[in-house]
Amino acid sequence: MHTVWARANAVFAFSVSVTASVAFACFLTTHVLDNTRPATIGVDKAIVKNLKDFYVDQKKDLGIVHFSLKANLTDVFNWNCKQLFLYLMAEYETPDNKVNQVVLWDKIIRRGENAVLNLRKQSTKYYFFDDGSNLRGREVKLSLHWNVIPNTGYMWMVKPQSHHSFIIPEKYAIRKQ
Amino acid sequence: MLSMDVFGELRRMNKRQVYFQFLNFAMIVASALMMWKGMMVVTGSESPIVVVLSGSMEPAFYRGDLLFLTNYQQDKIEAGEIVVFKIDGRDIPIVHRVIKLHENEDGKVKFLTKGDNNEVDDRGLYKPGQLWVERNHVVGRARGFVPYIGMITILMNDYPQVKYAILGLLGVFVLIHRE
Repeated sequence: MHTVWARANAVFAFSVSVTASVAFACFLTTHVLDNTRPATIGVDKAIVKNLKDFYVDQKKDLGIVHFSLKANLTDVFNWNCKQLFLYLMAEYETPDNKVNQVVLWDKIIRRGENAVLNLRKQSTKYYFFDDGSNLRGREVKLSLHWNVIPNTGYMWMVKPQSHHSFIIPEKYAIRKQ
Repeated sequence: MLSMDVFGELRRMNKRQVYFQFLNFAMIVASALMMWKGMMVVTGSESPIVVVLSGSMEPAFYRGDLLFLTNYQQDKIEAGEIVVFKIDGRDIPIVHRVIKLHENEDGKVKFLTKGDNNEVDDRGLYKPGQLWVERNHVVGRARGFVPYIGMITILMNDYPQVKYAILGLLGVFVLIHRE
């Protein structure tokens, strides 16, 4: 341990070992935590229209939904959770497709930001296009999921504790002249 | 400091020791390969570890972060999951989130992806005429995450001289060093 190189090598090796151990400890201590929380979803408005989707020439059903959302996710954050990616997912079944899952809205909450959600009459971020024209009269299940992004470790896809179902109207919305 | 010791050692080595050094080197390479192939089998993915190359998933993943993937066929992909997929004819894997998923009665699934940090979905990235990503395009699902480590790979790709220099140095040290 008498040359600069030997000392630099020792310091470097030690810092790498310490960093790796701390990262592993972060992962181990937060791996088994329960990340589920209750969320309340409501639907304020739901109508359906039949319009041309952007990239295809066919007309498809477009659902227009305004929703409300209440949830408190403050205690999901810990030393290993750097971000939560929330997404509101609509699930339904049609004669053409037995599984349909569409993300209508998403939000990123970073550690330190306000994690209390209280949205009302919120419009969706993404277009609720069906793969076809089968939305009328369909029962749609809305649920709030979130993805726990850690500093190091496993990325949990947290399942919702409850969901909210609503029925899309039987008829297309009429354009007011 | 280095040169005098190293060449002195080299001259003192006989044929057997030289073969031994080469065998040592081959063992290290073979073990590394075994670990990589073993991971491929356990996770079911052709590429169980990927480095994030772009900033399209910020602030979750930055350039240089490492992702651990699994690709179990029996686990269905759901909307909201982060998948790594390849477009036909392009080598670079894309790490984005599934925002829409449709599965018909025959079990055929198609999905639409979007990067968290992008304004629009990925249809501009797909092949011309391709509107959806299918299961066979998917290399795996991101399950684990380690920050920063992949920067070495990006450095070596952007500056190939660094790659050759490191490999050259490593080769010299392993062959010359007695222990």
